[in-house]
Order: sequence, then C-alpha cells, then structure tokens
Amino acid sequence: MRALSKDIVMNDTLTPFIDAHKTNKTHLTVENLNVHIYGKHILKKVNLSIPEKQITCIIGPSGCGKTTLLRCFNRLHDDNSEVKVTGNIRIGNEDIYGSHVEVTHIRKKMGLLAQRPTVLPMSIYDNVAYGPRLYGIKRRRKVYEIVKHQLMAVGLWEEVKDRLKSPAVRLSIGQQQRLCLARGLAVEPEMILGDEATSSLDPLASTKVEELFVKMKDTYSIVLVTHTLRQAKRIADYVAFMYLGELVEFGRAEEVFNNPKHKLTQQYLDGSFS
Amino acid sequence: MMGLSLFSIAVLLLIGLVLFLYSLPTLRDNNTFHLFFTSSWKPFKGEFGFGAFIYSTLYVTFIAIVMAFPPALLCALYMSEYATSTVKRVFSPVIDLLSGIPPVIYGVWGTLTIVPVISEKLAPHFVDFSTGYSVLAGGVVLAIMILPLIVSILIEVFTAIPKGIREASLSLGATKWQTVKKVILKKSLTGIVATVVLAVSRAFGETIAVLMVCGNFTDIPQSVFDACYPLPALIANNYGEMMSIPGYESALMFAAFLLFIIIVIFNAGSRLVLYRIKKNSQS
Amino acid sequence: MIMKKLEEKIVKALMIFASVTILMVLLYILYIIISKGLPSLTWDMVSKNPSGGFYLGKEGGILNAILGSLMLIAGSVAISMCISLPIVLYINFIRKKDSRFSNVVRFSFDILFGIPSIVYGAFGFMIMIYFGLQASLLGGIIAVSLLIIPIMTRSIDEVAGSVTQDMIEAPKILGATKFETVKVIVRQISPGITTAILLSVGRGIGDAATVLFTAGYTDSIPVSPMQPAATLPLAIFFQLSSPIEEVQNRAYAAALILTIIILLLSFSTRYFGRKMSKSKL
Repeated sequence: MRALSKDIVMNDTLTPFIDAHKTNKTHLTVENLNVHIYGKHILKKVNLSIPEKQITCIIGPSGCGKTTLLRCFNRLHDDNSEVKVTGNIRIGNEDIYGSHVEVTHIRKKMGLLAQRPTVLPMSIYDNVAYGPRLYGIKRRRKVYEIVKHQLMAVGLWEEVKDRLKSPAVRLSIGQQQRLCLARGLAVEPEMILGDEATSSLDPLASTKVEELFVKMKDTYSIVLVTHTLRQAKRIADYVAFMYLGELVEFGRAEEVFNNPKHKLTQQYLDGSFS
Repeated sequence: MMGLSLFSIAVLLLIGLVLFLYSLPTLRDNNTFHLFFTSSWKPFKGEFGFGAFIYSTLYVTFIAIVMAFPPALLCALYMSEYATSTVKRVFSPVIDLLSGIPPVIYGVWGTLTIVPVISEKLAPHFVDFSTGYSVLAGGVVLAIMILPLIVSILIEVFTAIPKGIREASLSLGATKWQTVKKVILKKSLTGIVATVVLAVSRAFGETIAVLMVCGNFTDIPQSVFDACYPLPALIANNYGEMMSIPGYESALMFAAFLLFIIIVIFNAGSRLVLYRIKKNSQS
Repeated sequence: MIMKKLEEKIVKALMIFASVTILMVLLYILYIIISKGLPSLTWDMVSKNPSGGFYLGKEGGILNAILGSLMLIAGSVAISMCISLPIVLYINFIRKKDSRFSNVVRFSFDILFGIPSIVYGAFGFMIMIYFGLQASLLGGIIAVSLLIIPIMTRSIDEVAGSVTQDMIEAPKILGATKFETVKVIVRQISPGITTAILLSVGRGIGDAATVLFTAGYTDSIPVSPMQPAATLPLAIFFQLSSPIEEVQNRAYAAALILTIIILLLSFSTRYFGRKMSKSKL
C-alpha cells in the first residue's frame, strides 16, 4: 500500500480531465478541490469535469474520498463545522460555493440517492410530493400529476398506485430506493448523484435501478460512486479513479478499463487491491 | 446473583404491596367516588376526600409542563440540529447542573424569588390578595426542575433519528427548519410524547420544592394565585401526626399508593417507547 | 423564498433565546443562593452543633446536619454498591448483555429510578413501623439506599455495556481464575463506578423527602446507627420555616453549603467522565 501511494506523489503527470471536452459538454467542473476533515487532508487538489447527460462512475478503494467528493457537489458538508472545503465547483456557470449562492437552490439541482434508501416518515405519495411542496406547489391536481409522472418514470406506479397513502417504510428496500429516486426527480434536478445507491439492494432490485440510470441519462447527468467494478463496467460512460484522496485517472470508460494510463489504475482493475 | 438481580422487581412489587395493604382500610371505609372527587378533608371525623389534592397535583403539573415544554423543545432542537460541537460541550454541564440541584435548593430559591414576585408584582393585577405561595409558584419551580429532564431525553430522541433522513430532506432543497418541522418532529412524535409522559410522572412526585412554595392549603384553588396542596406535600407534611389519628395513616398511604401506581404506569409506558426508539436507531 | 429564510432566522433566534434563558435561570439560581447564603456563612456554622438558643437565633451551627448527611450517604453508598455491582456484573457478564432477562432487570431499574423519593420515604417509614424501629440513621440509610440503587446500577451498567467480549476472554485464555477475571472486569469499569458513586452521592445527599420520614432530626451527632440523625436538606427546610430572621438566614447559609457540595460533585463527575472517555479512545 505504502509503495503505491508513493507512486502518485512521484508521478506528477496528473492531468486527468481531457477528452471529455471533445465529445461532450461539461456540466459540472471541479477545480483544485481540497477537503480537510478534523484537520486531515481528505481530498487533495481534485480537478474533474463531469460531462453532461452521461453516466460518470467514481471508483476506487474504500476510504479514498469518493463519497466526500460527491457530497461536496451538493454542499452536504455545510453543516459540519469540522469539514473545510476549499476550491471551486461550478455547475454550468454557477459557482456552487459562491458567497451569494443559496444552498437550497444548489441542492435542488441535484437529486441525491444514498447508500440505503432514506424514505421520509410519511406516505408514499407525500414522499414524492415533499419536494414540489417545498417549492410552493400547492394545487392538488398539479402535485398529483407530478407524483404520478415521477412514480411512472421509476416504474413504481403500477406497483403502488393502490396504496399511495400507506407509509413508505412498508415498501421493499428495492422499491424504497426507486421511491427515493422518484422523490429526487420530482424537484426537477439537472443531475443525479448516487452514493453506492445499489449496494444495499438485492441483485434484481439493483438491476432495475441500474436500468433506470441508463434510461435517464438522456435527461440528466448522472454521477455514481460505486465500489463494484462490474457495475461501473456495465453502465459507465466515463470513469474517475480515485486513490487516497487524489484523482488518479479520468476518461472514457472503454479507455480507462481497456488501457489505463496509470499503473495504479491498472493494479486496481486487476484486483491487486481493493 | 440471579436472586439479587431480581431485587429491583422484588422491591417494586414490595412497595406496591405494602402501600396497597396499608391503604386498604381507606378503600374499604370510603366510597371510591368520594375519595377521588370530593374535597372534604376532616381526618378527625374520618372524612377523606382527595379531590383538592388530586386537583392541585394536576394543576401544578399542568402549569409546569406548559411552561417547561416549549423552551425545552427549542433548546433540544438547537442542541441536536444546529449547535456546533463546541456549543454542545459548553451547554451540557448547564443541563447536568440544573438536574443535579437538590429539590430543597429549588424550594429556597422559589421562596426567595418567585413567591415575592407573584405576591407583589403579578397577583395584584389579577386578584385582591395573594401570599405568593401559590399554584403558579409551584408550577414555575416545578417547570425549572423538569426542564433538564425533558431537554436531555429529547436530545436523545432527536439524535436517534438517522442522519440519512435529514440529508434526504436537505438534498431536496429543504431548509434546516423545514427539515426539522416536516421530518424530524414528525419522525420523533412518539418519542416526544413519551418524554412528556415521563416528565409528567416526575412532576407528580416532586415533593419538597413544591411543598415549600405552594402554600399547602386544603381547598380547591380558584386561580393560579391561590394556595394549593398537592399529594406529595400532603404526605410529607403530615407524617408526624398521622399515627395519632385513626384512619389517617391509611389515608396518607393511599395517597402514596396512588402516586406510586400512576408513576409506575407512566414510567413503564414511556420507557418502553424510548427503548424501542433507541433500539431502532442502533440496528 | 424570502419567507422561508425569515422563518428559518426567527426559529433559530427563538431556539438560541430558549437555550440562553435556560443558562440564565441556572446562573440566577446560583446567584441567589450564593448572595443570600454568603453573609451568614460563618466558621461556626460548619464547626459547631446547635446550642441552647440556636433555633431562636443564638449560638451554634449545623455540624450535626453536615456530619449526619455524610454518615447517611456513606452508609447508603456502601450498601447500594454491594447490591448494584453484583447485579451489573451478573446482567452483563454472566448473562448475555442483551438477553431478555438482563433487559427486564434494566427496565425495572428504570422504573424504580422514576419513583419519587416521597414514596420511598413513606414505604421505608411503614417498614420501620412494622419492625418497631424508631426514626434513625439506619432507617435513613436504608431509605436512601433504595433511592440511589437504581441510579448507581444504571450508570455502572452503561459503562459495563462498553466492555467487549474479548476483554473478558483474554484473562480466561491466560488461565485466570474466575475471581481474577472479575478483578479485571471491575478494573475495566472502575471509572464508571466512580461516576456512579458521585452521581448517587449528589442525588442522595440533597434529597429531603426520604429522610424526612426515616432519619428523624436531632441536635447532636449520632453515635450509633439506631439514633436519629440530622441531615442538610432538612436543616434547610426546618430553619427556613422559622419566623426568626437569623434562623432563616442560617437556612440560606446551609443551602449554600449544600449547593457547594453539589457543585463540587458535579465538577468531579465531569472530570472523571472526561478521563473515562479519553481512556476509551
């Protein structure tokens, strides 16, 4: 392990973004992002461009900072005074950490899907309606339409349409996760962030969610943190490989998987460490 | 050792049994309805109507809860949802100290501050005369005494809510307060109710502090500025003479039995709910 | 949007206001007790027994009550430790920590914890009458023990819960006897025991309703457990109900003494508590 980490430090040719620009518009730009938690340097000078309407998978061994990075995107670190974030993140042309920027406005642009489904303590219907209602959509008809539309989008409508008023916790874990996705979509985000969003699901439910991601990339930019390489290979258009808080390699999925530029990436893909 | 471990259950049953046996004569000689709903208290004639005492206990407790709950809830929400770890560290001894101050000190403080304020400043606006030793004084002192209990248990209840649920709400673009209002409070509703029930049972049994400021007058209080006489104060004030009057001892033990039963039921119910909350948060 | 922000600000301000108010109430209580008690706090107060005209405002102090309280609490802590410690060891190490039995025991202690001291007092009093005992130091000790056993058990239990299985098994593997294993465990939970004692002393020494029935009150220092004993909370309580101003002032001084004891206990609990959490890391 120690030998590996030295590798990165010595190798100064870390210019990971690149040919994303050639084919796809950049949606989210990360520049010189540093994160300290309790004084520890967790993310080190991360530069990254997330392409629009593609699936970007962030891979790497556990503890490498994948989740921390993802949580920077929608400022979930804000409330923790022990986390210091410096650097630049822009969505489109908007500075996420800009002083005049409203945090709720940023978060609205990104739907977050957590590791375990986090249904709110209310009915199925109210879960999806939660976001729209926050933004002042009051008319019942309108709310109903949004709920129906989003539940259909995640393929849950047929399964739950007769029990919309029952508590969301009664759904299976897989259904709950799709409900969370629908809930996120209901605020009309531009991006979907998934933090190992399928890791607590059974294979069948997991496949369903994966299929949804693929379907949705026509409309949204999707960033997924995943620790299963196979999932990344199945659905990723772009791959970012992180190691010990640094972004080691970033590029089109085929390139990263088939001929990685960096030795560390190669070793990780070979399963030398995980 | 196993026998010893059953000590607690044995003590619980024994207290209940002893108090019940001693209160049997009262239950036998008096109409139950009269015991609870009349206020004629004449130990020498063998008349024991607990109405005024029960009413006083409920009245003082009600005032205490109404006064203590809102600030306790706000404080607990601030500590669990908003405060930085430094603020929490600074504030936790405040709660500890408040709950550590003995009842008799609260009583002294109450007679020095609350009682004169009520008698001189507050009561003249509403009634002709008040000594200050009153339902209100008892309620205020009791409110401060149960406040730390409510705050510390509510903080436990709120922190038992998984972080993910908060983040789910926040990442949908809710503000913190919206998250608290629509998710945290909703999710912890049963816990909040259990906490209040626990606080009520604590308030029911508080003796010395309330006794020192509530006036101890055997009549149904007409307003919050009138003196009152809660059950625990009744027991504490009359232990000396209770042996010399036939039936008196049994009546006082009935009062103790009543307190015991109500408090055990309230405690058991709320503890069970709080256990479940804690267990769910760990799994 | 503006409404949302405004609401957020108002609510947050209210929360801070509530918290600061609670802090102010504490400071106000301490201020009143100190400012009222300090003028009457003399060396005589803590070094002399009440003499002839004490309750008319003449010479004397409340040494009887201070010593009475200390004897009472020492006896109660000793008794309750003998009951609490074996129970904690049993429900954590002999039985499984989260067995049904252990949880039922915990639950019953939580209920006992909620029972008001006046009920313990009344119960103790009735038991004493049954056995023909007079109000005495011993009676007080038994009643206060009943009051603090739940506190002691639950707070030792909390620390015992954090002792892991391998800490217990390690000495066993090394061939330690049962007794030695127990010693290891007790050493593990000793910071918890310290905290438990401090908490119990704080609760027991300040409680008036239990001793009112059971310990009686006297102007002399008890020399045998069968004699009645004066206690601090009752010294405050009785003197405050006197119509004579000097006597009332002594009640304030006594209240200050009790408050100082409570403050010292509270700070040492924090100190040991912090030490404990450090040793955990």
